[in-house]
Amino acid sequence: MNVVVCVKQIPDPATPGSLDSDNTLKREGKLILDESDSFGVEMALQLVDKAGGGEVTLVSMAPNNEVSGLRTALAMGAHKAILVSDDALAGTDALGTAKVLAKAVERAGDVDLVIAATESTDGYTGTVPPQIAERLGWPSLTYARKVEIGDGKVTIERQTEAGYDVVDASLPAVVSVTAGVVEPRYPSFKGIMAAKNKPVDQVTVGDLGLSPDDVGWKGARQEITKVEPAPARQAGEKIEDDGESFQRIVQYLENLKII
Amino acid sequence: MALSKVWVYAEAEGGTPLSATLELLTKAREIGDTVEAVFVGADADAVAAKLGEYGAAKVYAADPGQTLTGVVAAAAIAKLVEEHQPDLILFAQSYDGRDAIARLSVKLDRPVLTNGMSVGVEGDNVTVGTAIFGGNLLVDTTFRSEKPYLAAIRPKSFAAEPGGAGAAEVVKVEGFDAGRAAEATVRDRHVEEREGPKLEDATVVVSGGRGIGAPENYEPLVEELAKLLKGASGASRAIVDAGWVPYAKQVGQTGKTVKPRVYIALGISGATQHMVGMKGSDNIIAVNKDGEAPIFSIADLGIVGDVHKVVPKIIEALKARS
Ligand SMILES: Cc1cc2nc3c(=O)[nH]c(=O)nc-3n(C[C@H](O)[C@H](O)[C@H](O)COP(=O)(O)OP(=O)(O)OC[C@H]3O[C@@H](n4cnc5c(N)ncnc54)[C@H](O)[C@@H]3O)c2cc1C
Ligand SMILES: Nc1ncnc2c1ncn2[C@@H]1O[C@H](COP(=O)(O)O)[C@@H](O)[C@H]1O
Repeated sequence: MNVVVCVKQIPDPATPGSLDSDNTLKREGKLILDESDSFGVEMALQLVDKAGGGEVTLVSMAPNNEVSGLRTALAMGAHKAILVSDDALAGTDALGTAKVLAKAVERAGDVDLVIAATESTDGYTGTVPPQIAERLGWPSLTYARKVEIGDGKVTIERQTEAGYDVVDASLPAVVSVTAGVVEPRYPSFKGIMAAKNKPVDQVTVGDLGLSPDDVGWKGARQEITKVEPAPARQAGEKIEDDGESFQRIVQYLENLKII
Repeated sequence: MALSKVWVYAEAEGGTPLSATLELLTKAREIGDTVEAVFVGADADAVAAKLGEYGAAKVYAADPGQTLTGVVAAAAIAKLVEEHQPDLILFAQSYDGRDAIARLSVKLDRPVLTNGMSVGVEGDNVTVGTAIFGGNLLVDTTFRSEKPYLAAIRPKSFAAEPGGAGAAEVVKVEGFDAGRAAEATVRDRHVEEREGPKLEDATVVVSGGRGIGAPENYEPLVEELAKLLKGASGASRAIVDAGWVPYAKQVGQTGKTVKPRVYIALGISGATQHMVGMKGSDNIIAVNKDGEAPIFSIADLGIVGDVHKVVPKIIEALKARS
């Protein structure tokens, strides 16, 4: 069984973000594997293992031929990667990203399943996985908290507002997984060494047969028209607990007629 | 000037429209001359009255059977758009809302603006406001595409107010094809029991963070206080990720936005990603043993103290009153 995992490479979320002069997210310095996608990588490795063979291929769209995040996922055990990097991609939105990633999936060849995260840490639109599926003409099973493969079918537990639904579809299909579905393994020393020699197929927008007009600012067909700091909320009263402060809370609730 | 036609993708649970849907209809009334809804579910007639009350003149309805709702919605709306040409379609940033808007965007080849917290209309320009960097920066983005514009809005971005007319007219939609996407079949539904109001609808929300110390403290501190105040219990991501409570309780950027009359934060530091989900509350009370915790910068009443000492006393006092 062959599985493709979409992995986003993002600036370290621990460092405060900032905007470039053209109002896109600053993506300088080393990028890392989005933690949300580490669950997808682990899931793919386990599914291929259970199926008794096959390959895990990573696809990623990132600026400046960035591979640091891909190397992390390769060190976990993924077999190879396709990296789409091109100056024309600056400003690409979710739909453009899906167009690119769907083409990258096609380039990966014989694919049974595509796994992505429910939402990325820095973009969190959460639309890219079903958009990829629609581009490919495949079913999308979203918000999976459990994934099983059998008899040419994928079955998931789909997180819902009220609990979960059991949903299935035949392969090939796209699945988006929530955080915590599996415990991502730590790359071993051997894995890290092996990752250095695993193939990364670096391609451009043109190589994928897409026009530069499909992606970037032009393809996004939207304009950032205003950026301003959020209004601050005022602090009220702050008191040290002296054993009786609970009464202040009770009083506060009373004044609001909550109790 | 208003838009001539605004649509809302309507969702319901057990025959009752979601509050997020009613919020969108209220906004649609303000910015559109004609407001209509698209509903995918078995019980369109049951929801039509309420959708009408909040402003929908018509409800285009499709029955998904066992197929994933959002997939059917995308196919149905794609067909309807050709015929009726709405200017703007609003979706809730919900599970099915995101499935629907994502698939539809590809079918129509239109960009989507997601995580919206405001919608502005000036002439033909439609602008969606979002908050980034944990809510520190507000960004307005204006569509420059062909219509219809597609936007997903975070629940609790607008107030829901009735003001429409009688029940909406139900118009059945048929003859669309979702292709292989329609294979996604719901075999079984598991509904977990919930006591009290929903998190996003509660008047009082009591949330716990890592400061409550251990998973077994959530029930006696957070849930108990929420119950006594007839409210709902929430959580920071730290304790959701740690597996102490389910994801549905998470408040913040990657969880729910809540705007209760009172929000009580217990042992929560107040990371920007948490605060963006609750700083719209009318009143904020915080208990944290660290006097420098950022949560105090937005709390109307801040108690610098130990939750294990303060909260049991509140609970005791409330019980003594009832
Ligand atoms: C992309 C991204 C998205 C995120 N989305 C969210 C989100 O949606 N929601 C969210 O909540 N977080 C989110 N986070 C995580 C966020 O940055 C914080 O890590 C998280 O909110 C911290 O949770 P906490 O306050 O419970 O834990 P901590 O930050 O560890 O704070 C615990 C607090 O408890 C206090 N404390 C300890 N013991 C006691 C005691 N006995 N009595 C009283 N107080 C005590 C401490 O002083 C401390 O202030 C996100 C982060 C990223 C990078
Ligand atoms: N540039 C990208 N490269 C690879 N995968 C991506 C990219 N953008 C989004 N994805 C995948 O789609 C998921 C959802 O992203 P988003 O819609 O941006 O929230 C991510 O968690 C990734 O799995």
